[in-house]
Amino acid sequence: MQIGYYPGCSLESSAKEFDLSIRAILQEMKISLKDIPDWNCCGASPAHYLNEELAKALPYRNLVKAEEAGLDRVISPCPACYSHLKHVHEEVLKESHLADRLGTIVGKRYGGGIASKHLLDFIKEDIGFDRLKSSMKAPLSRLKVVSYYGCLTRLPGVNIDDVENPVIMDEIVEVLGGEPLDWSHKTECCGASLSVSRTEIALRLVNSILEAAKEKGADCIAVVCPLCQSNLDARQGDIHKKYGTSYGIPILYLSQLIGLTQKLSYAQLGLDRLIISPKDLLLEKGIIEK
Amino acid sequence: MSYLNSQDIHQFRNRILSISGEDASKCIQCGKCSAGCPVSPEMDVQPNQVLRLIQINDQDTLLRCSTIWICVSCQTCSVRCPEDIDIAKIMDSIRKLALEAKGPLGEEKVVKFSKIFINSIRKRGRVHELELVMKYNIALLQPFKDAHLGPVMLARRKLGILGHKIKEVGKIKEIFQNSKRLFKS
Repeated sequence: MQIGYYPGCSLESSAKEFDLSIRAILQEMKISLKDIPDWNCCGASPAHYLNEELAKALPYRNLVKAEEAGLDRVISPCPACYSHLKHVHEEVLKESHLADRLGTIVGKRYGGGIASKHLLDFIKEDIGFDRLKSSMKAPLSRLKVVSYYGCLTRLPGVNIDDVENPVIMDEIVEVLGGEPLDWSHKTECCGASLSVSRTEIALRLVNSILEAAKEKGADCIAVVCPLCQSNLDARQGDIHKKYGTSYGIPILYLSQLIGLTQKLSYAQLGLDRLIISPKDLLLEKGIIEK
Repeated sequence: MSYLNSQDIHQFRNRILSISGEDASKCIQCGKCSAGCPVSPEMDVQPNQVLRLIQINDQDTLLRCSTIWICVSCQTCSVRCPEDIDIAKIMDSIRKLALEAKGPLGEEKVVKFSKIFINSIRKRGRVHELELVMKYNIALLQPFKDAHLGPVMLARRKLGILGHKIKEVGKIKEIFQNSKRLFKS
């Protein structure tokens, strides 16, 4: 089956390993991806208040492009991209005057035929845990994982799991043979783009998330958002300095954890790109070999 | 309290209602939004106070506060509100009105970042992260902020040096030109 894929801007640079690992694990499960041809940025949060129509027209063009390419399902790994695509799709189906307006702005009409998927619901509903299991070669034994969802399940248009206590990532970690730990900070905010514009706020938020993970005894934190990953991983050095802590907790994409059970290589999964290296941890647990 | 004597006390509430579809007068001041807000310690007006200020028509305070820019749209307040008010959407609406009013903004840095972000899309159709952060730090005359992350990110091949430009970048410019700041239904 051919599935549409909308990587989004982060997956081309700071979150390249998210992109690499998703492509690798899906290929392992015989799923072929087709990128939306010549896709554009979803507009993220800034477009919303700077230009309301633009914030809807940018995702709309991607939906048009996906449809033109003959796709009917599109995976967007980034929660913001996913939310924007899905939300605009739902809005234009509900409000015909909005559909008319966006059709005029973009110069082409979207027929409404794209089902948006995040990696999580795609794995659970489209692939299924049985098929995921049969692609595994070795479980993540003895690896204690806290799953971090951030704001994902609360975003507009997103209807993957409970807004206060999502469990879908924990379920997947369990299928992988890891040890999912329940914890207090799974849906707390990472600070998002405030890490650039008001860094001290993001450091405070990330510090409390890392502290909670450490207290719980987690070996690593699993994430599915490029911005969460970047804030939790790249800012640890700043946090150690500011708060006198020394967490050193690796922040892995869930797709990387899946790839490890499929025995895909360290480099293939982009594990060498993480700032806090997971190498010693994975060696110690016997998940990778020297 | 001059704003209480203004001709129409519902003026600002109506304006917010018309652009967001959210009715601030439903707020019962339970304070759940402020209690759950991750960034409330840094806010000058608490989220429940924002709702109250809309109710009493104090738009001057709202258009100038830093709260609306510090709000990260994490949606915690919106999913917890017992009156089912989408508070994050209201914050977004006040941001739009503050920009429209063209007065001083409570948090220029956040707006600067957003504008540079949008310009990156206009120019390339996509965001070039390295260029975005560098342009932002230069614009704020703090070129070395976060410079310590540069070598680490480069070593991990996390920064695309050149960035991408989409083929139909002309089409994106057209979309920018055709789009209006506020959607009129």
